[in-house]
Amino acid sequence: MTNVADTAPVPGKREIPAGRLQRLRDLVTATEIDLRLFGMLLALAAILLVFNVLTDGRFFRPVNMVTLSVQAVSVAILATGMVLVIVSRNIDLSVGSLVGFIAMTYALLMTDWLPNILGMGPDFPFRWLIALALGIGLGAAFGAVQGFIIAYIGVPSFVVTLGGLLSIRGAIWYLSNGAAVTGLDPTFRLIGGGGRGSIGETLTWGLGIVGCVAVVVLLLNGRRQRRRFGFPVRPVWAEVLLAVLGCGALLALAAFANGNYLAPGLATEYARERGITEPPGGLKVPAGFPLPIILLIGVAVVMTWIAKRRRFGRYVYAYGGNPGAAELAGINTRLTILKTFVLMGVLAALSAAVVASRLNGATLDIGSSYELYVIAAAVVGGTSFAGGIGTIPGAVLGAFVMQSLAYGLSFMGVNSPGQNVVAGIVLILAVAFDSWNRRRGTR
Amino acid sequence: MMGETHEMEGATAIPLVEMRSIRVSYGGVHAVDGVSIDLHEGEIVGLVGGNGAGKSTLMKVLSGAQLPDSGEIYVGGKPAHIQNPRDAKAYAIECIYQTLALSDNLDAPANVFLGRELTQGAGSLDDSAMEDATRRVMGRLNPRFRAFKTPVMSLSGGQRQSVAIARAVHFNARIMIMDEPTASLGPAETAQVRDLVRQLKEEGLGIFLISHDIHDVYDLSDRISVMYQGRIVDTVHKAKVDTDDVLAMIILGKKPEEASSEELAELQI
Ligand SMILES: Nc1ncnc2c1ncn2[C@@H]1O[C@H](COP(=O)(O)OP(=O)(O)OP(=O)(O)O)[C@@H](O)[C@H]1O
Ligand SMILES: [Mg+2]
Repeated sequence: MTNVADTAPVPGKREIPAGRLQRLRDLVTATEIDLRLFGMLLALAAILLVFNVLTDGRFFRPVNMVTLSVQAVSVAILATGMVLVIVSRNIDLSVGSLVGFIAMTYALLMTDWLPNILGMGPDFPFRWLIALALGIGLGAAFGAVQGFIIAYIGVPSFVVTLGGLLSIRGAIWYLSNGAAVTGLDPTFRLIGGGGRGSIGETLTWGLGIVGCVAVVVLLLNGRRQRRRFGFPVRPVWAEVLLAVLGCGALLALAAFANGNYLAPGLATEYARERGITEPPGGLKVPAGFPLPIILLIGVAVVMTWIAKRRRFGRYVYAYGGNPGAAELAGINTRLTILKTFVLMGVLAALSAAVVASRLNGATLDIGSSYELYVIAAAVVGGTSFAGGIGTIPGAVLGAFVMQSLAYGLSFMGVNSPGQNVVAGIVLILAVAFDSWNRRRGTR
Repeated sequence: MMGETHEMEGATAIPLVEMRSIRVSYGGVHAVDGVSIDLHEGEIVGLVGGNGAGKSTLMKVLSGAQLPDSGEIYVGGKPAHIQNPRDAKAYAIECIYQTLALSDNLDAPANVFLGRELTQGAGSLDDSAMEDATRRVMGRLNPRFRAFKTPVMSLSGGQRQSVAIARAVHFNARIMIMDEPTASLGPAETAQVRDLVRQLKEEGLGIFLISHDIHDVYDLSDRISVMYQGRIVDTVHKAKVDTDDVLAMIILGKKPEEASSEELAELQI
């Protein structure tokens, strides 16, 4: 009738008979898998595989993968927040300095301020939690101040957070009088992982199974939701395939994590604590998931939920897609922007907890140039500087891609300047590929 | 003056909306220069004028998208304080903007419900319910619309327009502003929107309709206000004029009786 009519493809009504490639594409479409994310997973797998081949199979082992993952956590946590900041057309250059500032605060709280000012000695209950809560509050406050200046006073975020990068880094020096500080609470240190900071074999399997159940529940729930209104649902085979893939991946991860054993010294302690006599070859105790990985999974799930299922997340994307339209729709856009920076501050506190725990303290340059890796992770993970586009899982994957490259190169003996050269090139290639891909018109 | 131009409601009826002496200037440009206009229940007022006459700016004042330099707005006879789009929506004023004002990266349901999302449980977005409602509104507007899951940036101009209209229609407006609602629609969709406008009028809404299609406006409107360089030339009852009179006012910026015969003659060419 008219050429303005709806152009949505109607399956089965195509004029040209579907080729084999087209049929494959239809199969993938039926599962509603995010192709971009899937492609990134493949890229990550390819990187791991290449390094594994180059190192004659020494690379892809549980112990290396666990180390790599733990190293990726602090950047990945920040990247989940950076996605929302960039999606709403801003940037946060101050995250690295903020991580450093809060890490130093944790160290000073536990070595000095809590015992000497507040009278909370090492035996005071939940000291680690008090420190963590104060750090999170501090991060939120820093974020709120920067966010306020950006959203309500209208200073560009690049300028505000560049100022933050410089002055917060400088403030760390005053905080500790230029000294590094060591000696955190043993409980707090578990956040950083390691043998003691891992959850062990049983809990790891338990978590894998819980994740499995969650995948199935989510799929069933989604199906029920769509049924409720009589919308088309995925074919049953696609649902089953997704469930099997999801569960399989989670259980494989659990098995892999349990393939990582406690270091010999720690295994001896473990045996002594439980009154087990160590066999001659040493006791093999599966370590399971390290706590920082669990923290990251938690952060990623919560952030995805915020981005996809909460009003705030919807407004962040709406603003990024068209700031004027968001304003006309009656959204409080200033408050939305302010909140993205508060969230970034909270994530900086969590990231700082991981970094400080791993170092058992804080140095003056902790978190230096994190902002660059975090932005790179988000961008490699598909976040667009044009605004409105980017996903949390993508950013986490981006962080893992970058860390895999760095770790793999160092494994092969490339020093850190060399790693930076590669990281920079990969960043540019990833974005170039992305723009090319978008221009090609795959909507 | 309002009373005499409005026969249907009688001289005492309180207008749904009344805008008085509205002024907006951008830098030195007087986009709207002391305009007064009113709208009654169940009435369609056509707003016409050349490009840059100030139609969109005037309507943005009513929808809260533009703060006026001076002037007052009354809704139902009471002074209304409209500082932003949220305020306007609180007065049940909905607007279809000429630029559509869609978030290109979001899908149709997300755009329709933007700022007024449906939630379930602990405040989580209920995307299925929003999709369902959107499907139903679209059933009235553009039954062939099926792209409920694609970002609106990949929709055609007409589909995007349908989304913008759906958003205005869904929320039980009492006052509707339509700024070129059929600009990018095909004939079938245009006919649907015309039916919709009539139906909304039946339901008792007051509608400001901006269009460059003079016949469209003439067909649908009860009264027609002509704007020229930020001012209202005249507000006329449809029964008392024909399309040529309206056209003359749009182009000359004068009432037909004020225009010289040479000017009018020139228009005929
Ligand atoms: N945001 C703005 N900044 C500066 N000037 C503006 C702005 N918006 C509109 N104007 C000016 O105000 C005047 C009225 O514009 P307006 O958009 O209201 O006209 P219009 O009658 O809707 O025209 P059209 O039929 O082309 O849509 C024009 O001279 C225009 O250039
Ligand atoms: Mg206009």
